Amino acid sequence: MADVAIRSATTRRRSSASYRFWRRVRQGFLGLAVLVVLVYVLFPYYWAIVSSTKQGAELYQNAFVPALNFTYYRSLFENPVFLGSLVNSTFVAVSTTAISLILGLSAAYALGRIDFPQRRFVLMAILMISIFPQVVVLSGMFELINWLGLYNRPSALVVTYLLATVPFTTWILTTFIREFPRELEEAAIIDGCSHFRILMKILLPLMGPSLASTGILAFILSWNEFLFALTFILTDANRTVPVAIGLLGGSSRYEYPFGQIMAASVTVTLPLIILVLIFQRRIVSGLTAGAIKG
Amino acid sequence: MASVTLKSVSKSYGTNAVIRGVDLDIKDGEFVVFVGPSGCGKSTLLRLVAGLIPVSSGVVAIDGEDVTDVPASKRGIAFVFQSYALYPHMSVARNIGFALETLGIGRDAIRTKVRDVAKMLKVDHLLDRRPRELSGGQRQRVAIGRALVRKPDVFLFDEPLSNLDSDLRMEMRVEIAKLHADIGTTMIYVTHDQAEAMTLADRIVVLNHGLIEQVGTPQELYHTPDSRFVAGFIGSPRMNFAPVSVEGAGETKHLSGPGGFAIDLAFSGQGAGAASIGVRPEAIAITGEGEGRLSGLLERIEDLGHEHFAYARLADDSVWVVRVAGRPPLELKGRMVGLAFRDADLFVFDGDGRRLDHHESHERASAAQFREARR
Repeated sequence: MADVAIRSATTRRRSSASYRFWRRVRQGFLGLAVLVVLVYVLFPYYWAIVSSTKQGAELYQNAFVPALNFTYYRSLFENPVFLGSLVNSTFVAVSTTAISLILGLSAAYALGRIDFPQRRFVLMAILMISIFPQVVVLSGMFELINWLGLYNRPSALVVTYLLATVPFTTWILTTFIREFPRELEEAAIIDGCSHFRILMKILLPLMGPSLASTGILAFILSWNEFLFALTFILTDANRTVPVAIGLLGGSSRYEYPFGQIMAASVTVTLPLIILVLIFQRRIVSGLTAGAIKG
Repeated sequence: MASVTLKSVSKSYGTNAVIRGVDLDIKDGEFVVFVGPSGCGKSTLLRLVAGLIPVSSGVVAIDGEDVTDVPASKRGIAFVFQSYALYPHMSVARNIGFALETLGIGRDAIRTKVRDVAKMLKVDHLLDRRPRELSGGQRQRVAIGRALVRKPDVFLFDEPLSNLDSDLRMEMRVEIAKLHADIGTTMIYVTHDQAEAMTLADRIVVLNHGLIEQVGTPQELYHTPDSRFVAGFIGSPRMNFAPVSVEGAGETKHLSGPGGFAIDLAFSGQGAGAASIGVRPEAIAITGEGEGRLSGLLERIEDLGHEHFAYARLADDSVWVVRVAGRPPLELKGRMVGLAFRDADLFVFDGDGRRLDHHESHERASAAQFREARR
């Protein structure tokens, strides 16, 4: 009897069915939570798609199904200013990404692997630069752009975006290079590689995932940037997409071109989504598997 | 083919001295093993020889030539890493041939050399695989192949077997010994496994806190260790130690310690005071209570099938291990027993841990020399 009493007091085991029930309840709650998050994240974009296919007064009806009227998209792609801004944005984002990856990678290799006395100072300086808010550097940057003679040119934006993208690509890639197995690099040194050859033949092929993820971040940042793009570009022909959308006008001054703006937003977000979908596999895959014990 | 000479080599990081003035001569074709507890600087010393890290002071010479400031790739050395450090994005063939590729040798020449080496190491059927598709033993072979293809003057191994399971470790140990016998190149091998050190080495270098504790053949280290540290490090299970006090001022002194230990021994160099004794587990026999040199409580017997370890607790709470070859003395478990050993098997260490020669120890030393001479 005493034995039974002790057991019931310490273990208090319920029936298997009750554990099963509670497990299902937990799974149900988890599913619900996931649903809430998904709706919260996806609804704005979905609403933009729905709105972009509605004409005039339809906008004010709360219909959740797209009307599938692509008039706005057609007018958008007949609009030379918008098309021009797409080209400008692509140029600016691609060159910013490429230049910041090249600069970031070489800087990261030096900062992550080569010992030199000022290393800590340089790393801190890079971190400090990325802390400055855009507004702080705006006026100084304006002077600089004027002095360089780049005012009202898309390349002015490349120069200014580098200010934001190079620090964080350097920072992220430095972390990655530091975690890189030291013995792999020593093996390359024994095999007679110079620093440059180690970077090109050993590090670069193995850094695909981290290059892809930092590259995407840099691309998104320069694709979406508004303040510099508004300040340094004067004429319609040289604008990038975010500013072009912001300045999109209606047919009369009393019309707010809501549908058209929505159509433009959907259009410029698509490249980003496609990019992320292409590269997510590379980001996820662990390329260094098999380098060391495993 | 080359000798390696280290002259007062030191390495420190800031104020932290890792290697403190190491002098060492390694003859051409010799197999030298660096052993020591973790953190003793053995891997650092190997990297100093390789040139992967620069020395703080001192001279590294390979084949009589000063290479202290020569980069690693120009020293004629090859390095096998603990983690193998194979390039994960290259095939086995490219991994092996990468050094030749860097030298700018033609494709066809590389291919034949890689094929020869791969055949020698029995990995020629794996040449198109990636490292991650290989087993641990195969990766190890590829890593050795990568070293071999450069035809180095000196091979450096940094704990190459520590990532393998014990069966494979034994197998690869035999293969490395065979490789050394076949090509006869100078090899320096770092390990913390004293079984690897004892079986592979022509000479063992025992390191402790960045200093060489003793250099010698495995037999020398086993039979005539210079210090208590070496005596404790070489041999498995490790040597049993007990503190003793020394009395008497003449040639013959009286030693007494826990478990009723008392002996008169003649030795010089140590006056009255604290010292310690050591006896190897394989030199002890278990006898009845009251017999033998020491007495203790037989607490536990481990039966490994081919041998047995008995653990006896002495009066000072230290536990001595006895290796019993024949039938395990199970009936004595839980009883007081005597531990008997020959006086010749007794090691005496002074207060600083230096070994003292006593008149009986010469017998053991000469027996060891005799054994070695027959080898």
